[in-house]
Amino acid sequence: MAKKDNNFKKTDTGNSSSLMLKFAGFREMGIFVFLIILVIVISIRSPVFLTFENIYDIGLDTAILAIIAVGEMMVIITRGIDISVGTGLGLSGMVVALILAENWWIPPWLAILMGIAVGAILGSFNGLLIVKGKIPPIIATLGTMSVFRGITFIINFQVAGGQWVSAHNLSDSFKAFARSTFLKIPNLILIAIIIYIIFYYFLNHTVTGRQIYAVGSSPESAKVIGINIDKITFLPYLFTGMLFGMGGVLWVSRYTAAQTDSGTGFEFTVITAVVVGGVAIAGGSGSIFGILLGSIIIGVINNAVHLIRVSPFWKLAIYGFIILLAVIVDKAISRRINKALLERRKI
Amino acid sequence: MEMIDKSKKTFSVKSFFLRWEVLLLLIFIVYNIIIIFTTPYYLDINNIFDMTFIFTEKGLVALIMAFIIITGNVDLSVASIMGLSSVAMAASYQAGVNIWAAFLIGLLIGTSAGFLNGMIITRLSLPAIIITLATYSFYRGIAYVILGNEAVSGFTKKFSYIGQGYIGNSPVPFPLIIFLIIAVISIIILHRTTFGRMVYAIGLNEKAAFASGIPIKKIKLLLFTLSGFMSGFAGMIITSRIGNTRPNIATGFELEIITIVILGGVMITGGVGNMWGVFISIVLISTIRYGLGFHNVPGQIMLVVTGGLLISSILINNFLKTFVSNRVLKR
Amino acid sequence: MAENILELKNISKQFPGVLALDGVDFDLKEGEVHALVGENGAGKSTLVKIITGIYKSTEGNIIYKGKEIEWANPLESVMEGIAAIYQEPTIFPDLNVAENIFMGHHKFNKYTRKIRWKELYDKTRELMKNLNPNIKPKDRIIGLSLAERQLVEIAKALSMEAKIIIMDEPTSALSISESEELFSIIENLKQDGKAILFISHRLEDVFVVADRVTVFRDGKLIGTKDIKDVTNESLIEMMVGRKVKDLFPKIDVKQGKEVLRIENLSKKGNFKNVSFSLHEGEILGFYGLVGAGRTEVAKAIFGMDLADSGKIFIRGKEKKIRNPDQAIEMGLAYVPENRDEEGIILDTDITTNISLPILESVSNFGWLDKNAEIKTANKYSEMLEVKASGLDQKVMNLSGGNKQKVSLAKWLASKSKILLFDEPTKGIDVGAKAAVHKFISELASKGFAILMISSELPEIMGMSDNILVMHEGLVTNYFKKGEATREKILQSAISDKK
Repeated sequence: MAKKDNNFKKTDTGNSSSLMLKFAGFREMGIFVFLIILVIVISIRSPVFLTFENIYDIGLDTAILAIIAVGEMMVIITRGIDISVGTGLGLSGMVVALILAENWWIPPWLAILMGIAVGAILGSFNGLLIVKGKIPPIIATLGTMSVFRGITFIINFQVAGGQWVSAHNLSDSFKAFARSTFLKIPNLILIAIIIYIIFYYFLNHTVTGRQIYAVGSSPESAKVIGINIDKITFLPYLFTGMLFGMGGVLWVSRYTAAQTDSGTGFEFTVITAVVVGGVAIAGGSGSIFGILLGSIIIGVINNAVHLIRVSPFWKLAIYGFIILLAVIVDKAISRRINKALLERRKI
Repeated sequence: MEMIDKSKKTFSVKSFFLRWEVLLLLIFIVYNIIIIFTTPYYLDINNIFDMTFIFTEKGLVALIMAFIIITGNVDLSVASIMGLSSVAMAASYQAGVNIWAAFLIGLLIGTSAGFLNGMIITRLSLPAIIITLATYSFYRGIAYVILGNEAVSGFTKKFSYIGQGYIGNSPVPFPLIIFLIIAVISIIILHRTTFGRMVYAIGLNEKAAFASGIPIKKIKLLLFTLSGFMSGFAGMIITSRIGNTRPNIATGFELEIITIVILGGVMITGGVGNMWGVFISIVLISTIRYGLGFHNVPGQIMLVVTGGLLISSILINNFLKTFVSNRVLKR
Repeated sequence: MAENILELKNISKQFPGVLALDGVDFDLKEGEVHALVGENGAGKSTLVKIITGIYKSTEGNIIYKGKEIEWANPLESVMEGIAAIYQEPTIFPDLNVAENIFMGHHKFNKYTRKIRWKELYDKTRELMKNLNPNIKPKDRIIGLSLAERQLVEIAKALSMEAKIIIMDEPTSALSISESEELFSIIENLKQDGKAILFISHRLEDVFVVADRVTVFRDGKLIGTKDIKDVTNESLIEMMVGRKVKDLFPKIDVKQGKEVLRIENLSKKGNFKNVSFSLHEGEILGFYGLVGAGRTEVAKAIFGMDLADSGKIFIRGKEKKIRNPDQAIEMGLAYVPENRDEEGIILDTDITTNISLPILESVSNFGWLDKNAEIKTANKYSEMLEVKASGLDQKVMNLSGGNKQKVSLAKWLASKSKILLFDEPTKGIDVGAKAAVHKFISELASKGFAILMISSELPEIMGMSDNILVMHEGLVTNYFKKGEATREKILQSAISDKK
């Protein structure tokens, strides 16, 4: 409570404690270094890793993850969590795919908008349960996680008699969309880049974006200042919904299929990417660059598992281990920072 | 002071009906009356006993989960521990270990997994929710690493008794008896012992409990270890009942187990709840499953039902709370 | 004569069971520093919350800038130029200085909705120029000291062109030099025509900074005086409302054996080389400013936050205490300062609270004996005269004084003979205060050894046998009975000299 200084000057810039304090602002740096080391190690083990084709593949496989990670990060910044993103993605993808299967004329961009709309409805539902129903985020989204999955099944059963939507049900233009390129960049990656630019701007340069950080940093202070906490808490869930809705449609295009179990466990991959990207699970901090790096790390590991011919069954265990590691390292760092703060006192 | 006094006296009758367990019991009775009249064979005694097979595994874990949630924590890794210990048991059996030694290995792996959760949570003061979310994937991942896509079956006849056996020639299943014994013990421990009192105190105000000399870290560690043990045991029961195992066994059970506990009136924020409510909730969810089974409702619908129940029970609980506190304020 | 910027007429505020403010008439002028003083629970903070719109008054009118107003929410009062700076700054630790100042009223481009960062940083630099130019707009709050954070709050008030700035205990956690800096800033604000409402426990500060002073007691406004018309003594008498003697019924007790000895207890960043000893029947007063490190010492002894080094002897034997459980075993008890967070469980009944540290003695092999539990709870709540509708009443519905009594009662039921009291009368009314004092005094006469941390000088002087004074983590003085004077104690508590 009583952290104080004997003089107003920021003391001693050279010693280790203030270095520690500086490091607090450059979390992304550490993540970046980790990524570089990872890349070096893998490329020594497997020369194919750094080929253009492989990097291209990593990009395609990471794009959807990276897109949804943006939403999840905003939710976690406001001290929440959304574990319905995997099944939400599956449901949005299924709904749009079923419509597309009957309407081949629908252009890909319209399909994406439809996905966003479906996702917005699902996301608002989450947001309302949490803001108006006062249900803790983890429980509310745990509930909707299974509700979404159940509805995916029911819709699929009612509309298509339980037949999954597969490649021959979809139009060629839609199937080609994810891979076809614009200015030599695949659409999937291009969309991810646009999303990152939009949300970089939103989170760092608009009032609402900054208020998201404020609410997560100190809800009590935010209330005193008169920030509309309900609105700011609701928005991240809505955005996450829109993003996983979009992700669902892109998923169908990328893998040319919509199954009732699409996206199972994907929430876990997303949360792992976000936590690895340096977003504090306690809320208040996290950056777009961080989660971009986090998503790429996950993409690289995924890719490496195939390249180095580790059994794919290791993936789940590795994710779990990495998230444990990230949380523990983060705790150690914040302990060091607090200690460094205290040591500025001359006692 | 007087104000509060009055509201208390006039409320006693109404507050009985506002008690969550009583509400649950009413729901249970109404549901059963409806289903009995619409479903032939529902009341068949053998059917009813056999129904209990589907809830004992989850019920056992839910009992411990109730303790954990009352302390204000949660264990998301229970289903993964069930899977891991089942796979560990099967793999040792496959490698030629005696079935009962394999059974003990399964229990030991489950207990250790829970212990590891508890150690990380208490030693590093990290939130249980994020740690068990990590181990939820970690433990399941190890199960996949051990068995890959294989399934193991062909356990001995004696082993199958644990999950499918009956007591003597009666229609009473063996696992039901185990569940009832542990349920009674849980009720007694939570409501009649100092340990139960400490569990509530931690959930209501962890700092004050700590400052009052309650060994909160020991209790948390014990509970997470117990949760691991019970998940391991439940993993053995389900393996024995189904007769085979795969790495994805018991996937998604954590959701149903937490739903049972929350539906039983335990507040996710800790400190509030009642083992009777959890018990009624276990029975209620199973009869819903059982009843819907008669009407050929597919399993996936149960996902919507459980998720919906989880959400609506908290909504109703929150609504009742504001309703009651408004009434008290108005007086 | 300056204009009244704010007038309160006949303001009352009723809480369930408590009349927090009773017919208060109050005014604040432009360009004055108006101090509010009074004991904890006298009604000062309720008044502030009514002025800022956090509470609505049950009765009465607020006239601001000549117009009668009623705030719909706290934001409205902020927008109209009333800024409050609380003890614990309401600040966003993850954001930088400029954003903290402008959060809630960011300047942005209407069309792109882009925040005008340059303007933000320029304005911040300008605001900080007069307050403390060493604080840069892009500094993160997490690296700032409490004093620096307060300046950020002041800058925030100025950025919103506040007419009234309310400071709630701003100096309580500051060092002397920091306080002096703050006073000169307050002087400047006054020159600019701001009205400043200054709430403080430190009467010394009030005499330095205030033009007028208003005294509250038990929810009533006792009087408003020009600072030159009052003395320290007359202020205290107005605050306390009775002769100081009645409030401190100290019984003289012959001191017995040493029961607790602390040697060179240190914890980096908190306290260093703390040594003292405590005897049967002794009340050892532990004085210091807020943040001096007294609570940290008590918590280290009680095993809540462990010290880095040093020795603890109990009845002559060195003991290692790693957690409160062990401390209780060795006969220690700690009544914490922040009662509602650490002392009691609000959301449960009196019985459960009292029996919490002594569950072993109301049970057989872990089996809870509810009759024994109720009997024990009854005995101690009667002994302390806890006023409640019954033992099954939830503690959160009790008044502050009765909550404090419950927080004491739970330790009396234990077998602990060494009692560490941390601000035992904080936030309770004068009546309850006298009762608690009487009780502490009786405990000492029964042979209990008591360490009493207090930030109220009259309490320290009135209740203690011996007095220990701490400043900035170091013990600066130890006064034997009769040696201490007001001035000497204060001097040791505030001296920057080591």
